[in-house]
Amino acid sequence: MPITTYSEERVAELLRALPPAPAAWVAAAAELPRTRAELDQIVELASADADFRRALIENLETALRSAGFTADRRRVVELRRRLAL
Amino acid sequence: MGAESTDGELVASCRAGDERAWTLLVERYSSYVYAIAVQGFRLQEPDAEDVFQDAFARAFERLGSLRDDEAFRPWLAQMTRRLCVDSCRRRRDGYEEDGDEQGDTSRELERLDEALTVREALGRLSSDCREILDRFFSRDESYRTIGEALQLPAGTIASRISRCLGRLREELEGRKAVVLES
Repeated sequence: MPITTYSEERVAELLRALPPAPAAWVAAAAELPRTRAELDQIVELASADADFRRALIENLETALRSAGFTADRRRVVELRRRLAL
Repeated sequence: MGAESTDGELVASCRAGDERAWTLLVERYSSYVYAIAVQGFRLQEPDAEDVFQDAFARAFERLGSLRDDEAFRPWLAQMTRRLCVDSCRRRRDGYEEDGDEQGDTSRELERLDEALTVREALGRLSSDCREILDRFFSRDESYRTIGEALQLPAGTIASRISRCLGRLREELEGRKAVVLES
C-alpha cells in the first residue's frame, strides 16, 4: 500500500479546507431528533383534536405559536408536507 | 460514547435513540457537508443551508437503511452531492455539469475528502495539539488570540504549531509519533 507523504504546507492547506459550518446550522441539525419528535407530537395532536387541526389549516404559524411550539421555516414546510396542507 | 467513538458505534447508538450520538455525528461531519455545498458546488448561503439541513435530515431518517454502519461518511457525502446537484438544477433550469465543471467538482470533492482524513488524524493527537492547530488553521485565529485563549506566551505559538504539524504528519503517514508533551 503506497504511503502518502505530506509536506507541512499541504497539511496546513488541508486543515484550512474545512472551515466550521455556521454554528446555528450545526445546532439545528443536532436538534433533529427532538425536532422530529415534536413534529410527530403536533401531527398526533392534529389528528386527535379537530379544533387544533382547524387552527393549523387556517394559519399554521399562528396556531403553532399559540400552542407553544416553535414555528421556524423548516418546521412549517415539513408540517405542511405531513399534514398535506 | 464520545468523540473517540467510531462512526459505526455512533450510528448504532443513534438507532437505539441516543441523541448525544447523533450530535457527535453532526459535529464530526458538519464542516465536511458544509464544504461540499459551498466549496464543491459553490452554492450560495441559503441554498447551502437547505442542502446542509436536508442532508442531515435524510441521514437521520434513513439510518435504518445504511447497510454498513462504518460507511456513514461516504453515504452522507453521496446524499449531500445529490442534494447539491438537485439544488443547482433548481437554480439553473436544465443544469448539467459540462466535462470541465464536472472535473473541477470531482477534484474539489477529492480534496475535501482528503481534508477530512487530515481532520480525523488531528482527532487522534493530544488535546493541546488539536486545539492549537484548529484555532490557527480552521478558525484563522492570530498568535495573539491563541496565546490569550490558551494562556501561552505569543512567542511560543509558532514553534508549538510547527511541532504539532509535525506530529500530524507522522500520524497521517502512519509513523509512530514520539509524543513529547511540553
